[in-house]
Amino acid sequence: MNKILIIAEHDGKTLSPSTAKCVSCAAAFGGDIDIAVLGQGTGDVAAQAASIAGVHAVIQIDAAHLEAPLSVNHANEIVALASGYSHLLGPSSTYGKDLMPRVAALLGANQVSDIMEVMGPYQMKRPVYAGNAIVNVTAPEDVTLVGTVRVASWPAASEGGGAEIRQAEPAAGPCTDSAWIGLESGGGERPDLQTAGIVVSGGRALGSKENFELIYALADQLGAGVGASRAAVDAGYVPNDMQVGQTGKIIAPDVYFAIGISGAIQHITGIKDAGTIVAINKDPDAPIFEIADIGLVGDLFNIVPELKSQLG
Amino acid sequence: MKILVGIKRVVDYNVRIRVKSDGSGIETDGVKMSINPFDEIALEEALRTKEAGKADEVIVFSAGDDACQQQLRTGLAMGADRAVQIQCDQPLQPLTAARAMLALAQREEAGLVILGKQAIDDDNNQTPQMLAALWGRPQATFASSVDLQDGKARVVREVDAGLETIEVNLPAVISVDLRLNEPRFVKLPEIMKAKRKPLEVIGLEELGVSVENNLAVSDYTPPPTRSKGIVVDDTGQLVSELKNRGLI
Repeated sequence: MNKILIIAEHDGKTLSPSTAKCVSCAAAFGGDIDIAVLGQGTGDVAAQAASIAGVHAVIQIDAAHLEAPLSVNHANEIVALASGYSHLLGPSSTYGKDLMPRVAALLGANQVSDIMEVMGPYQMKRPVYAGNAIVNVTAPEDVTLVGTVRVASWPAASEGGGAEIRQAEPAAGPCTDSAWIGLESGGGERPDLQTAGIVVSGGRALGSKENFELIYALADQLGAGVGASRAAVDAGYVPNDMQVGQTGKIIAPDVYFAIGISGAIQHITGIKDAGTIVAINKDPDAPIFEIADIGLVGDLFNIVPELKSQLG
Repeated sequence: MKILVGIKRVVDYNVRIRVKSDGSGIETDGVKMSINPFDEIALEEALRTKEAGKADEVIVFSAGDDACQQQLRTGLAMGADRAVQIQCDQPLQPLTAARAMLALAQREEAGLVILGKQAIDDDNNQTPQMLAALWGRPQATFASSVDLQDGKARVVREVDAGLETIEVNLPAVISVDLRLNEPRFVKLPEIMKAKRKPLEVIGLEELGVSVENNLAVSDYTPPPTRSKGIVVDDTGQLVSELKNRGLI
């Protein structure tokens, strides 16, 4: 039977919703599901992980050198836990993408990135070429399967579990060749881009950082998260953590507003799982209209304030 | 210090991808091939490091058949000092690619390996991390700023929560993100000069590496498409449409 270990993602206090999505993916493989929580003072996080339905046990490893999410330290702990597990899964977030290949290499395993569908214990689907093709991947059964879970493809597993929490000692000391210096957070108090039900995104057509206030104002009225195209990030209108697309965040909100975004294929890759896509653009030939459920051609500088007042 | 930069030959990022009708892969006949865009950024960073007097030599390498020499020549024209083709007749999955890179890094006694964070064909985002693991060295992935000082690299990383700064002792592996720099354009005289720069060809097995592509990849299919929806005339219609569908 499969025995699956999920690596929890958290900020020290709160478990990321990506972990409950990994549990759904693990449930599709089938078998016992454990969650590893690595950090320092992670009692709350471990309790949140234990409350996810379908989880068998939570393994909590607390140590000062695990507080920062340095993959060089985290990988050693996961490798030490790995024996006895058939599958090791992490989220396809920057944390999981940084960490899991390091784990895979230390175990001598290849990795399956961005698992979007599970067909069998060692058979999965994943996107390639910026989502322009989907492939089947069959992994060998005699090697630990290391994978990252494309979180936008999976619903969050429900609450209501009561898993046992086990404390474990760290297996390794800190790596002295890496030091964590700090994190400059770009995001404010708005809903998290990757879990918000509604996301409002702006593109290059906004023209400036100041004009982007239009997007924030509309988003706040809707209680929405805020995203941006790569062009808007490159132009310095918004911080990098708002980028949606192939190399930014892959999201699946119920409603996605693409405002002043032409719809480059790399951007569309990040939103194609959205429930409803609304596009506002002054160019009627913009590719975004090819995939939008509701399109409105016109000047965003007129439309967005109008929209805001009509929604008010 | 020597800097190694990996470059992968991929379908140019402007090409519209078409899946072969038999599902065995994507169409590459007559399709423009280029250096993976992230790898160009990696090479640019290495060249700037050398130009700033912080490295002695920049070596570009690629794993593949002879076709990848075209991209290696482009790398030489950008300014790399020499090139190494790791010859193999099939694409390498990341673990094997990382093993080949490790052998090369050890042979060259590289002080730094700079790689693109992912190749835009397989979108794996694995090889730099795997190389760092096999090498027993630190990794700094998704770099948007790199500062080399006293045998250390201070790297700003683009992460989901914002910009994270870490410091790693060299040797190390850095994987680069899009906003690190803007790669230079190659000028014609540089292309001529690049023809005379050394390009070594070495077999994968000569590096002591065997192919371990143990993931079977099959059944390429186009993704489900979203159909085109409706176009409304004005904001009022948009609002009523959203309300009718129960979306707001």
